[in-house]
Amino acid sequence: MSVAPLPEREHGLHLLRQMLLVRRFEEKCVELYSAAKIRGFMHLYIGEEAVAAGVMEAIEPEDAVVATYREHGHALVRGISAGAIMAEMYGKVEGCSRGRGGSMHLFDAATRFYGGNAIVGGGLPLALGLALADKRAGRERVTACFFGDGAVAEGEFHESMNLAALWGLPVLFLCENNLYAMGTAIGRYESETDLALKAASYEMPAWAVDGMDVIAVEAAARKAAAEARLGGTPCFLELRTYRFRAHSMYDPDLYRPKEEIERWKQHDPIAALSERLEAAGLLSAEDSAEIERAVAEEIEAAIAFAEAGTLEPVEDLKRFVYWEGAEI
Amino acid sequence: MSAPAKVQSSYREAIRESIREALLADERVFLMGEDVGAYGGCFGVSKGLLDEFGPERICDTPLSESAFVGAGIGAAIGGMRPIVEVMTVNFCLLALDQIMNNAATITHMSGGQFPIPVVIRMTTGAGRQVAAQHSHSLEGWLAHIPGLKLLFPATLADARGMLPAALADPNPVLIFEHASLYNMEEELAADAGAVEIQRAAIRRAGTDVSLVAYGGTLGKAIEAADELAESGIEAEVIDLRVLRPLDDATVIESVSRTRRAVIVDEGWRSGSLAAEVSARIMEQAFYELDAPVERVCSAEVPIPYAAQLEQAALPQASTVVAAVRRMVGAGG
Repeated sequence: MSVAPLPEREHGLHLLRQMLLVRRFEEKCVELYSAAKIRGFMHLYIGEEAVAAGVMEAIEPEDAVVATYREHGHALVRGISAGAIMAEMYGKVEGCSRGRGGSMHLFDAATRFYGGNAIVGGGLPLALGLALADKRAGRERVTACFFGDGAVAEGEFHESMNLAALWGLPVLFLCENNLYAMGTAIGRYESETDLALKAASYEMPAWAVDGMDVIAVEAAARKAAAEARLGGTPCFLELRTYRFRAHSMYDPDLYRPKEEIERWKQHDPIAALSERLEAAGLLSAEDSAEIERAVAEEIEAAIAFAEAGTLEPVEDLKRFVYWEGAEI
Repeated sequence: MSAPAKVQSSYREAIRESIREALLADERVFLMGEDVGAYGGCFGVSKGLLDEFGPERICDTPLSESAFVGAGIGAAIGGMRPIVEVMTVNFCLLALDQIMNNAATITHMSGGQFPIPVVIRMTTGAGRQVAAQHSHSLEGWLAHIPGLKLLFPATLADARGMLPAALADPNPVLIFEHASLYNMEEELAADAGAVEIQRAAIRRAGTDVSLVAYGGTLGKAIEAADELAESGIEAEVIDLRVLRPLDDATVIESVSRTRRAVIVDEGWRSGSLAAEVSARIMEQAFYELDAPVERVCSAEVPIPYAAQLEQAALPQASTVVAAVRRMVGAGG
């Protein structure tokens, strides 16, 4: 695989900061989970940050995003405030889903962020519809649809790939291949483990990218987004990545060798970018410290915001089951 | 003053006309589903619409229920007004993830950020000897789900008027069409349009017993009421029309007058919509009753092919009549 050229210093630092924000935010989430401030299911993206950070650079504010239950990173990088996300995990009204969704169901109309879907594969059909609506209205937008390798085994994946290609829908199918469907290794559940090859059979451009290299991810996503936007057709990227933490907070992580995890940690996307930027003279120790400081400050502010947030009164329990907004 | 103009119409034509009108009125509306275009709809509902509106508005889909129902939900969130036709309720099982986990939850899970103005139509019911996998009545299951609205037109006016009302609703609305009703013909007001979709309707007034029916069982309840009238028993017939949220006020008001209720439901008895209606009568009108509530439901078997077995499995006017006579005889 050829190495993508380094971007300008400003952009490199920006990518580094985005990934670090996700990493540090989630590390803090672990502490808050242990302190019982956050409950329910929580799935960490640690190790996979380059995927969200790279892809989000390639799409525009008016594009749509559909994500999975492992979506803190996508939400942060997309621009939902860390405070609104943290408040959501605290179950507070100030949360981006008013505390009704939690970690797995982050939503934000302002950034066209359509969840946070906790059914594997369940977001793909939605992405088709969002792309269809944009296409029919003559809006040159794309829908970025993230899902894991496990989703490839679902019928909804195959149905959606076929329909998107058949109808020429501008969807970016972004498969975050972290090699495990929860605790089952890909070789134990897929007959064909080259997922891009599988996707290509649906008559759409499909290729694999090193998902630990944010610069490579961004370059690939830009190419895919341009194809989808101009051609009005779907594109598939397999982003080869790895999660450093367990599947969820409940997972004892007994199904994969410790050596494998350690080996992948050698490809930590944050360390890798830092090293490249340093080697090129684009990142100083002072820069790194400043990024760490700014990220820590943002996260502290987010926690303070969540702590100060309000709990929805139980009298309001049955609200939002049906639409309460203005006439549409 | 001259009488308002009437036209002769079938249930099928009434639905088609409502789709046509919606497509003409709002460019955000489109119809998609299996065989809705070139074939004209499995039950002929959309015949001619492809020629009139073209393939961007009348969209044939692959046999991918989950993908196209989900695409309808996504398109609704994206600002369109999709009418999704799922050929039959049997196949909606393949799209249940989208219906239950997305359509019914996203408005709530997002804290009220997104309306989902999608309409999902599906044919339902037994009685045509198409055996167990094509004869389901799953309205009761779907009526279990908060976040959805469920409509079941049993008259021409409702067949004509429920769709525009559903499209104007910012929530996901499921409309059921009983396969046995498509050929039903009646006179319909030439200017028939949207109807209200909150209330049950009393289709026949009576004083001695309330027959609560909907969809495919409404005609059977009316037939039973006519037969009972010959022996001096006046049955009131209620058409539920809206299966979620249930209009129990109309049912309770009627039962409070007649003091007896028989619920006629093509769903299986256990855990049925009939069970829900019965429970609400117990909760709200127990002391008004002269006899225990009765239910006439489908027998708890997969619907068999053989005609005599199938008919025996389904609610019939005769079984409704028998239930009423039992009740009147026992309760006085």
